[in-house]
Amino acid sequence: MSFLNSEEIHSFRNRILSLSGEDALRCTQCGKCSGGCPISPEMDQQPNQVLRLIQINDRQAVLSSSTIWLCASCRTCSVRCPEEIEIAKIMDVLRKLAVEEKFSLAEKQVVKFNEIFLDTVRKRGRVHELELMMRYNLAVHQPFKDAHLGPRMLARGKLGILGQKVKELSQVGEIFEKSKRFFKP
Amino acid sequence: MTESSHDERIELLTYAEVVEVKGFVGNFDVIIRKKPRYVDPLKCTGCGLCSEKCPTKTPNEWDLEMGMRKAIYKPFAQAVPNVPVIDPEHCRFFTSGKCKVCQKLCPAGAIDYEQKEERVQKKFGAIIVATGFAQFDPKVYGEYGGGRFKNVITGLHLERMLDPSGPTGGHVIRPSDQKEPKDVVFIQCVGSRDESKGVPYCSRICCMYTAKQAILLKDHYPNSQSYIFYIDIRAGGKNYEEFVRKAQREYGAIYIRGRVSRIFEKGEKLIVRGADTLIGKQVEVEADLVVLATAAVPQPDAIGLAKLLNIAHDSYGFYSEAHPKLQPVESLTKGIFLAGSCQFPKDIPDAVATSGTAAIRACGILSLDELILDPRIAAVNPDLCSGCLNCLEVCPFEAIEKTEVNGRVVARVIPTLCQGCGNCAATCRTQAASVQGFSEKQICSQIASIFQEMKKEKLFELSEQ
Repeated sequence: MSFLNSEEIHSFRNRILSLSGEDALRCTQCGKCSGGCPISPEMDQQPNQVLRLIQINDRQAVLSSSTIWLCASCRTCSVRCPEEIEIAKIMDVLRKLAVEEKFSLAEKQVVKFNEIFLDTVRKRGRVHELELMMRYNLAVHQPFKDAHLGPRMLARGKLGILGQKVKELSQVGEIFEKSKRFFKP
Repeated sequence: MTESSHDERIELLTYAEVVEVKGFVGNFDVIIRKKPRYVDPLKCTGCGLCSEKCPTKTPNEWDLEMGMRKAIYKPFAQAVPNVPVIDPEHCRFFTSGKCKVCQKLCPAGAIDYEQKEERVQKKFGAIIVATGFAQFDPKVYGEYGGGRFKNVITGLHLERMLDPSGPTGGHVIRPSDQKEPKDVVFIQCVGSRDESKGVPYCSRICCMYTAKQAILLKDHYPNSQSYIFYIDIRAGGKNYEEFVRKAQREYGAIYIRGRVSRIFEKGEKLIVRGADTLIGKQVEVEADLVVLATAAVPQPDAIGLAKLLNIAHDSYGFYSEAHPKLQPVESLTKGIFLAGSCQFPKDIPDAVATSGTAAIRACGILSLDELILDPRIAAVNPDLCSGCLNCLEVCPFEAIEKTEVNGRVVARVIPTLCQGCGNCAATCRTQAASVQGFSEKQICSQIASIFQEMKKEKLFELSEQ
């Protein structure tokens, strides 16, 4: 149990407002976001609860929740929100803050996956599925996870062995440079 | 309504429309368009034979098109006067020139296809606006089916079905297969409290009528089960909270705190998916019928009527009261009063209360031989007036008229209409118009004396210039 009252009660909400332009205080807790979220059964905090936790300045609970990492950014919540809050955007900002502020991350595997995914994209300009899966499996110490699917997918041409590169790789580098402004790991 | 039709001091002008309003409090000139009903109300006995024998059927608007009506019909059973009307858009005689069944059968000879529209001009002392509200169209909610699912209906549909003289004779059925529903889901705040698709305000009436419908449904089908998705239950009012508790405790309505995010069809059933924010989990209900508590919105032509009457309205189209607390039924235009939901969504007790207040305020005007006016109104000095008539254009109450003094065009203030806003005084280039007691000279000398006081008390140092 903790006391809510503090001078800084709006600090977390204001931080998110300045980073995303979305104000969590608009939320009336109607629950439509959680009602439509395809992943909500897997989340430890429902999307509406995340917004509530922002409203009452509970950084710890928000940034260590699994919700922010499980969010698939499908934006169903944002589209249905009667207050027009871009909840998916708030989730983006929360992920950034969780990494930045070195919180113990609830879904380390998701973070690992994201890093490897971005790394393959950085190198090639597009994703190389085989490399991505192999590196991810090694990183999470499950080298043969889903390996049985490999041969069939190869046979059907769903997986490329060598992978492809985009022509203008330097432009991809520029995109990553620019995005550093938003995301500093 | 029936009672008022029997009172000889009350003249009812039904099936009529106000087309023009001129004048001011105590002296309104109103032009009324009486639409032709093609039935002579003086001859008609209301026997109903014409409606029974009429060969043309068309969807019944009163029952939200759930049932059918004839081309000669009474809009609803208790309609006053008890006289039918012919709908020329569907009547076989008006569309093809043949038929006349009603005329042949009418024992009183009351059918008159030659009736023409009439315009009457009358003088009135006061006007009460009681045009009510309309229902929000839930089709914008794609996630609730957007009108595609037959078994997703609105509260008003259910209300019509519960009416013994309604389209289903008082039985609640699923529109798709006419079967009794067992699990019924009610969704609150459809359109209300929704800035993205609906209106930001709370419609006030839905919490209570949903609780009532859940109770009636249980009374009607004891095996049925209601599930009510809500955001907040707003049951402020005498015995209101107790009523909602009754629906929960005695009638077993399950209240689920959360908004529904999606409805989809699965076989004959509807799957309603939402959140129960109190347990922090998604929930699904398999429903036979879904009832949407749609928002109360202004009548579609509310703003047009406001312009016609020259009364103020808010951004939604509800009419504005002169003061939200102290003058709740007066409009900003003197002599025009507001009753019921044309001002804002109201439940029955509030609508009755405002109607009574508006009526007695109107009587207050009618009972006087002379009206007492606020002295703080504008006046135009004809000697100074240049006749530019800029004031006439800025006056929001149309209280300034053009007149002639010694052959010169000048402006004149109509004292009964003026509210003393001062727009004319601010606009007048020759300082001819001013609010009485607040002329420029008076205001300047007030300011000057304030500065003198301040100088005396050394609160302010006046510079030499």
